[in-house]
Amino acid sequence: MQVSSSLRESLITGGKTASDVSEDISRHVENKPTQLWWMAFGVSLVLLGFGVYTMSMTLWNGIGMWGLNKTVGWAWDITNFVWWVGIGHAGTLISAILLLFRQKWRMSINRAAEAMTIFAVICAATFPLIHMGRLWLGFYWALPLPNAFGSLWVNFNSPLLWDVFAISTYFTVSLVFWYMGLIPDFAVIRDRAVRMGNKTRAAVYNALSFGWQGGARTWMRYESVALILAGLSTPLVLSVHTIVSMDFATSVVPGWHTTIFPPYFVAGAIFSGFAMVLTLLLITRKVFKLEDYITIYHVELMNIIIIVTGSIVGIAYITEFFIAWYGQVPAEQYAFINRAFGPYWWAYWSMMTCNVISPQLFWIKKIRTSLVATFILSIIVNIGMWFERFVIIVTSLHRDYLPSSWSMFYPTMYDIGEYVLTFGFFFAAFLLFAKFFPVINMAEVKSILKSSSEKKH
Amino acid sequence: MNETKKTYWKGIQQLKNDPAFVKHADKEFVDLGVEADPRHTRRDFLKMMGFTVAAASLAACEAPIRKAIPYVNKPVDVDPSIPNYYASTYVNGGDYCSIVVKTREGRPIKIDGNSLSSITQGGTNAQVEASVMSLYDNYRLRGPKKGNDSASWEDIDKEVTAKLAEVAAAGGQIRIVSNTILSPSTKATIDRFKAKYPTASHVQYDQVSYYGMLKANEASFGKQFIPSYDFSKAKLIVSVGADFLGTWLSPIEFTKQYSTTRKISEKNRNMSRHYQFETNLTLTGANADYRTMIRPSQQGLVVAQLYNLIAAKAGNTTLSAGIDKVSNLEKAADELWSNRGNSLVVCGSNDKDVQLLVNGINSMLGNYGSTVLPNKASNFRQGNDEQMAAFIADAEASKIGAVIFYNCNPVYDHPMGTKLGAALKNMSLTVSTSYTEDETSSLSEYKTPDHHYLESWNDFEPKANSYSLSQPAITPIFKSRQAQESLMMWAGEKIDYFSFVKNNWKNWYYGKAESSILGFQAFWDKCLYDGVLELGSPDTTSYSFAGDVSAAAASIGANYKANNTGFEIAIYESYGVGNGSQANNPLLQELPDPITKAVWDHYATISQKDAAALGVDNDAEGRTQLINIVAGGKTIKLPALVQPGQAPGTIGVALGYGRTKVGKVAENLGQNVYPMVALLNGSLNYNITSGVTPTPTDEAYQLAQTQIHQTYMGRSNVIQESVLSEFKKDPQAGREFTKISKWEEKVDPATVSLWKGHDYNNHHWGMAIDLNSCTGCGACIVACNVENNVALVGKQEVINRREMHWLRIDRYYSSDATDINNYEALEHAAENPEVVFQPMLCQHCNNAPCETVCPVAATTHSTEGLNQMTYNRCIGTRYCANNCPYKVRRFNWFKYHDNQQFYEANPSMNTDLGRMVLNPDVTVRSRGVMEKCSFCVQRIQSGKLTAKKEKRKLKDGEVITACQASCTSGAIVFGDMNDSESQISQLLQITRDEKRPNSSDKNIGNPRAYRVLEEIGVKPNIFYLTKIKNKDKTNA
Repeated sequence: MQVSSSLRESLITGGKTASDVSEDISRHVENKPTQLWWMAFGVSLVLLGFGVYTMSMTLWNGIGMWGLNKTVGWAWDITNFVWWVGIGHAGTLISAILLLFRQKWRMSINRAAEAMTIFAVICAATFPLIHMGRLWLGFYWALPLPNAFGSLWVNFNSPLLWDVFAISTYFTVSLVFWYMGLIPDFAVIRDRAVRMGNKTRAAVYNALSFGWQGGARTWMRYESVALILAGLSTPLVLSVHTIVSMDFATSVVPGWHTTIFPPYFVAGAIFSGFAMVLTLLLITRKVFKLEDYITIYHVELMNIIIIVTGSIVGIAYITEFFIAWYGQVPAEQYAFINRAFGPYWWAYWSMMTCNVISPQLFWIKKIRTSLVATFILSIIVNIGMWFERFVIIVTSLHRDYLPSSWSMFYPTMYDIGEYVLTFGFFFAAFLLFAKFFPVINMAEVKSILKSSSEKKH
Repeated sequence: MNETKKTYWKGIQQLKNDPAFVKHADKEFVDLGVEADPRHTRRDFLKMMGFTVAAASLAACEAPIRKAIPYVNKPVDVDPSIPNYYASTYVNGGDYCSIVVKTREGRPIKIDGNSLSSITQGGTNAQVEASVMSLYDNYRLRGPKKGNDSASWEDIDKEVTAKLAEVAAAGGQIRIVSNTILSPSTKATIDRFKAKYPTASHVQYDQVSYYGMLKANEASFGKQFIPSYDFSKAKLIVSVGADFLGTWLSPIEFTKQYSTTRKISEKNRNMSRHYQFETNLTLTGANADYRTMIRPSQQGLVVAQLYNLIAAKAGNTTLSAGIDKVSNLEKAADELWSNRGNSLVVCGSNDKDVQLLVNGINSMLGNYGSTVLPNKASNFRQGNDEQMAAFIADAEASKIGAVIFYNCNPVYDHPMGTKLGAALKNMSLTVSTSYTEDETSSLSEYKTPDHHYLESWNDFEPKANSYSLSQPAITPIFKSRQAQESLMMWAGEKIDYFSFVKNNWKNWYYGKAESSILGFQAFWDKCLYDGVLELGSPDTTSYSFAGDVSAAAASIGANYKANNTGFEIAIYESYGVGNGSQANNPLLQELPDPITKAVWDHYATISQKDAAALGVDNDAEGRTQLINIVAGGKTIKLPALVQPGQAPGTIGVALGYGRTKVGKVAENLGQNVYPMVALLNGSLNYNITSGVTPTPTDEAYQLAQTQIHQTYMGRSNVIQESVLSEFKKDPQAGREFTKISKWEEKVDPATVSLWKGHDYNNHHWGMAIDLNSCTGCGACIVACNVENNVALVGKQEVINRREMHWLRIDRYYSSDATDINNYEALEHAAENPEVVFQPMLCQHCNNAPCETVCPVAATTHSTEGLNQMTYNRCIGTRYCANNCPYKVRRFNWFKYHDNQQFYEANPSMNTDLGRMVLNPDVTVRSRGVMEKCSFCVQRIQSGKLTAKKEKRKLKDGEVITACQASCTSGAIVFGDMNDSESQISQLLQITRDEKRPNSSDKNIGNPRAYRVLEEIGVKPNIFYLTKIKNKDKTNA
């Protein structure tokens, strides 16, 4: 029984009942993976394999395998790090902030978005690790662990250390939040497995669901924990990228040393995160035939967020230029002129085109509701966001204060390999997730069937 | 017999006859249940496997053992970890430097200048600093060889002596060929050799000939000699193509003298003025106040014109030759005339006629006796081109029976070397005493290696009545033998060269010196201790110029052209590898050329105009193309390097490359251009003025340069410079006082800080670098490399912009752009740019941006103002390097030690022999860690320890950084800024704030002192003194 509203568009279409939902979502977990899945998974593993090879070579021979030099000490490594962290923002934003704002449309996309967050943060975290000259020491020396080295302690002044805390906290909270949401759905799969008589699956999913029984008291606790975690995650969404931006903002490098970075980075993160969610969901929706759950309306709403954040980012770019002129610091002025017209002009203008101009197309309803256009633009946005980080990091470093040290950065196969590695991991993990975990939050979607998807057929 | 059924049984089991017993009844021994199957079971296999793997991996965990063998009996004077210093002398051909060798546990590890020498006065240059690594060259001969086989000294001595006797008996000619020999005792052995073999004679030649000068002086004064020069007395210096700060004659000495005339302060507001007329942009030209580009074909005419201009003023007759419209020439002549007696004209030409006119000019100006000192003849170059040419002609004509090459390599470094090499086959005896198997040695039958100079005894007379000694700082590493002993051995005398030298000194100099009164041993000890002996100048002959200037002018008029249109080549000596004799030294290969900043490469410099005309594209990244240069029938193919300041229509090519038998470091690097040098007017001419055609090829080439951006983009926070006239008015001329805006006012950036600053209660180390004294030579870079075990990384890694130098010299060209906001135009250097050198090293900031960003506190601030780097703690995030505004931090991208990949570039960390040069006080850094200048913290610590042991305060001057010690021009001053008496406090005019006397913020009174990037508030402990050029303001 669905009630339709004349004011709102339906969030779930197709006149789904609760049992339809269980069936539609659980089916993918229960069935054997399709050939398409295997192909995609195979490709991901190949990418991962290539990435592992390049990473091993880098670890074995040294960071010199990359294209970095005395002037440009960070390039693709930290670009990729910031890019992935940015992507990792959407999931928690959708789950936490939209939960607090009671945005029910989030319900059919939050699961996949959160999974994406987790994987993106893992991808992001690989870069600060492997970019270290001595990973085998750095991975634990960067933590404030009691040690036998005397008074050796971490340096709390360093934004890199703040990163360690910010990202590990964010990752932990996101993981817990995501997993908690999965518990009732695991129980659904278990129950179905029991009914079908598949004992192994029943046992596995029973363990995964921690023996969820679905009593009213349990549900009550579940709701409160969800709210608490949402409350905890909300500041994290803002803090993580704020802190990441401080890696740059607290430095003396012209082009990095700007106070606008925290809000601008957060907006950029949401921008790229939503774009990545769209890219993935549009594929998932198609492959798993979830058109009724992830509707054009969802896509449109997300595209609106992309216009908003994209515009914020665009204004931030222009503000930076204004401040560089207004601030009258010659090195800063040069840094920005050099961004736009120096040797890396192509990166800058790629960024401007992809991030500032392309999302403006979403003002047009036809484009905003077109799946093909959305898909293409979502990829363009992420290309743009990658260039944004590249522009900030490389073009600021490559020509800073002393012209004698100015140089160029050219990536090697190993720089690229590391990036490929994270793609391989990300897609492999996402495919495994899509196969073994319910990609849509069944419990929550069932709660909005009544209010939002009344359409009698 | 009664049949009984009595049964005997072995045991109860047999009696019972149970099946289990029956089954095993035929077995003698009881089966205890161990399986009879000898094969191992699966479990056993797993157990064994587990044990083996565990054991093997445990064994593998053990670090490889390096044996350090302690002394059984401690040698006298060798205390582990305490360095010993020995005064000695660096000599390479005619290049001379009095030095102090630092040895640790019997190994020479560092060379410093000897300040007791009146000639080099404690100065060094890059080649001297680097020569310690040549001692540990893997390409050195391990012992004598006959042909390609090792032989014993006894056998070789027998054979050589026999062959010499055979040649002498047949009346065949015997030659000893060498570069300039400065050593009187060596000459004495040669004389004794010649006495034994009357057909023997001695031929000297120089890689870069000064024979024209010798002949000119002969023509002028009736005696073949080269006078001493005193640049310190010259208020006006005109150099026509003489690179006296870089390679000409005695650059260390001249740099020392020149720098005294370039040091200015509030009190002394005068400095010399220096005009340079040259083809290639040389180090000297880069330091000149006025620089004019001329073609090599104009060189003689420029000198002639200068002669005419001066002669007109002096009332002498002018000459037939001359040239008009050479900018600055008339101005130079006017000023020369007004500075008569205190001026100096030098010329790099090897044409005797040109040098004759130069002598004439100096004579008219009355410079003889003040800046030109014929009474103090210098012996640095004695090579005779004509004799050498005659020798080679004789050799080709098979007129020579035997030749001994004494530490020289003419097959490589003489223009007719190839012919000589071919002619060697015809001789019955060929011997080389070179300590490596070089081009000449490998073509010689007998290789009888001499010691390296750091292993040998010798004496020298670099100038008339100035003597010095060299003494071994290490026992010979290989089975080499002092070449003088070899010579005498072959002459049938067995001598001990040490006693020989000592005896000679007893006979020659003992008694003339003041220290003689204490007896010979005391005299000898003092000479050895000082390294030098100076006797008063007894030569009181008066020299008056008597050259035939008009004949010279006629010859110049014929040989030079005012308006040549074709291409010309100017061949010069490279600053790093010099004449090529030290080419196998990676320290020199990786030393950036002071001007081009190129390393590990040989290239042809061409002007911007010609590059455009020829279509050669040499972009900022060092990508260029090869060009074919045809000259006099010879073709060389070299990458083109577009060089601002190169005279249009000319190409500069360096000597010292293209060696074929030199060792892995330099083998087949570049082209040998010695064969392009030809005789002109009886002496070798290093310019090719006709028949030169460069043609660009399609082949791309990548040059390795440590600096690829050429201008300072008008950033006055980096370089602050002015001209002398402004400085005279206001000593703060050129200073830029950047202000930063606060809410309502603009303030000095130093006053705004989040931090309260440090208090350095003991020492406060600081450095001052005078941009006006720094000539940019690069000796400090090599000194720093040797002192601090800085890894050499090879060409490819420099192309990747990853050189490891802790100290670099930034070289900036001026740009023609006037609009400070036209960044595109500012990037391009002027056609004939002014040049500024800025040594750049860790600035040891008081508010160091690197320190705050390190997540593990691996870089921290010391209580003495040092920015310290703890390698062991570094995890290699490179954040510090990114945040360093001066970009002086260097990351270990690879493992540079014990790594085959860097074997060739970095032998001192990859071979057992090379490792002996490492400074044991400084860690060799592992891969993945950051490193940078430490202000030679090991020297600071050792100085402090010495003072502490002696229970006294550390005195100023006890701690000297390696760069400071090597700086011939004294541009670098290091010291304690808390000590008001220290040289740095005096120089910077530091006044103490009585409220907080030891604060890190010092009041700097020197109006010239500034800190680079003052406005970002990092407060470095290194101060630069403004660059002042002695130019007229209109031209500034």
